[in-house]
Amino acid sequence: MVIAAGAAAADLKVGLSVSLSGPNSSLGIPYAKGMQAALAYKPEINGRKVQLIVLDDASDPSTAGRNARKLIEDDKVDILMGSSGVPASVAMAQVGKEAKTPMIGLSPLALDPNENPWVVTVAQPPQLMIDAVVERMKRNGVKTVGYIGFSDSWGDLVYGALNKAAEPAGIKVVSNERYARADASVTGQVLKIVALRPDAVMTGGAGTPGALPFLALAERGFKGGVYGQHGLINPDFIRVAGAAGSGALMPTGPVIVAEQLPAEYPTKKMALDFKAVFQKVNNAPSTDAFSAYSFDSWLVFADAASRAMGKAEPGTPEFRVALRDAIMSTKEVVGTHGVYNFKPGSLYGVDTRARVIVKLDNGQWKLAP
Amino acid sequence: MTWDVALILGIDGLANGAVYLLAGLGLVLIFSVTRVVFVPFGDVAAFAALSLAAFETGRTPATIGLVLTLAALALIAEVWSLARRGELARIPRALLGWGLLPALPCLAAWAISGHAVPAAVRIAVAVALVVPITPLVARVALQPIADASVLVLLIVSLALHFLLSGLGLLFFGPEGSRTGPLADGALTLPGGFPLSAQVMLMITSAVVLSALFFLMFERTVAGKALRATAVNRVGARLVGIRPARTALLAYVLASLLAGLIGVLVAPVMTMYYDSGFLIGLKAFVAAIIGGLVSYPLTAIGALAVGAVESFASFWSGALKDVIVFSLLIPVLMMRSFLARHAEEEAEEIDQ
Repeated sequence: MVIAAGAAAADLKVGLSVSLSGPNSSLGIPYAKGMQAALAYKPEINGRKVQLIVLDDASDPSTAGRNARKLIEDDKVDILMGSSGVPASVAMAQVGKEAKTPMIGLSPLALDPNENPWVVTVAQPPQLMIDAVVERMKRNGVKTVGYIGFSDSWGDLVYGALNKAAEPAGIKVVSNERYARADASVTGQVLKIVALRPDAVMTGGAGTPGALPFLALAERGFKGGVYGQHGLINPDFIRVAGAAGSGALMPTGPVIVAEQLPAEYPTKKMALDFKAVFQKVNNAPSTDAFSAYSFDSWLVFADAASRAMGKAEPGTPEFRVALRDAIMSTKEVVGTHGVYNFKPGSLYGVDTRARVIVKLDNGQWKLAP
Repeated sequence: MTWDVALILGIDGLANGAVYLLAGLGLVLIFSVTRVVFVPFGDVAAFAALSLAAFETGRTPATIGLVLTLAALALIAEVWSLARRGELARIPRALLGWGLLPALPCLAAWAISGHAVPAAVRIAVAVALVVPITPLVARVALQPIADASVLVLLIVSLALHFLLSGLGLLFFGPEGSRTGPLADGALTLPGGFPLSAQVMLMITSAVVLSALFFLMFERTVAGKALRATAVNRVGARLVGIRPARTALLAYVLASLLAGLIGVLVAPVMTMYYDSGFLIGLKAFVAAIIGGLVSYPLTAIGALAVGAVESFASFWSGALKDVIVFSLLIPVLMMRSFLARHAEEEAEEIDQ
């Protein structure tokens, strides 16, 4: 009995909570699939099996928090991963902090890293992505840019990042038009932007509602460049935007265009490995950025766990502390989205290698070098 | 704002107004005949749009399962009530009407899904597929309480909306869809201003359907029965009009309108599982301007809502809906000042 319990405790346990149902499930399901691919890719760390426990938070932050508590208290996981939305991830991180369990977030987080030293995220910070867009605008000779985005925190975040990057680049942001995710038309907002005659338009939307400005701008015959951000890298966006999205430039993690990357690109090999294993495990190609985040979080965890295992036995509070310290000292772990270096006092671990600019061309993302 | 911009916004508003006009007609029709504020109206429109999108992408819309389930429930309710009243001879007719008739569009939908068929067939089937939803839902949930107070009917209708939009999420997922345009090309107005064929189609449909509505109410027996029921339910019964029958007709007509709205707006709006609610809500504002009884006033209200929405999105995109719904305040104030205070609802006689 004692031996059996000891053997069970020796396994590493990963607790994943994502939105498998509810409005966020179009993100949550790929996250879970990516995690299954990661488990198949690296099922053992230092000869120890890794056990993955997946829970559904139904797109509800308070359920995500309860899931985190359940994973820690009932399943005794060594690490938390999740979730598909920022509020749900923050709720999980809060529980992780209380229970002294490290967490790797899968979406950007709105947290003070000094206040919660138990969490990091594999997502790119929004500013890093928007900086790449502004650099591209500058290269394309854009002097004035109109902005249209969601009338919510995502729209604010993109607008803020755009302003911060545009001023040093000598680009003037001439409008701040907003619309709601549920809106049917943005004709009014787009007319206002077109009347200002900007060189380009930046959009701050996500998913299918993010296609609305592209459709309206195309309808009004806008000739300048239209730029997006990584919230739009999604097959549903392509489906709804159709021809109107053609030629749009936006930033993304390099995994989306892995095949088109130059051979020496640091993440190319890992991204191709990921695509192969994802295809094998899920019997379908990976078409989104989300499953790759799960894969990266597993790689970061595997690297940290192999270093932490020398210090303590998995399943114990000491191990969780050692694992946290190991994650916080991650050095040059090559993932699919970027190369990870985590340090205390910062949530994000990627640099400029974690972004490329892609162009939507005939319904396909093409690397825009 | 220049004249061009005003013209573009005006036409955009007119196209939106046309949609709200059709939705408003449906809401007024159901309310005047049955006293139900039919909140799920927009959901039915969304189901039509999303079913059409499913056909276009080669999937079988889950709407088929919904219609069949509803038909089964309605059939059980109907047979049970007939059996209780001992009218066993009418059961075969009920089987035909509540069971077989709704199953026909399902069969058609099942037959064309996954096959390349002309767009017109897809559209016709998508509309036909949602037509049974409203009458079936009403048979199961609203007819048994047809004599309850307006408030109770409203609460049930609201619950039906949540049920349908939840099912919509389950069936079609959280992401939206757009369908191919019904009409290509554009007409150039004098002054070089383009008017897209789709917008013309929307406006024309609204005009033609309103005219058909008018003719039906003026010239047909069924239309006169609907009007009679709307004016005075008890009086209509006294002259031999069965409220349950006219209610059924109203639900079928409204459902048809909802289906047409769905396929008309799907190419110009990204439809989500919950998009119907906002369409319904704005049509409700139009219907309130018409006092929930007057068709002409509802039409004017719908055009006003469309125009206000369009211009509001130019002045302040984020506050657009706030401005539209604020329209209700002066309208309701004026109505309550002008209205003669009618008696509280008189007791209805039993069916």
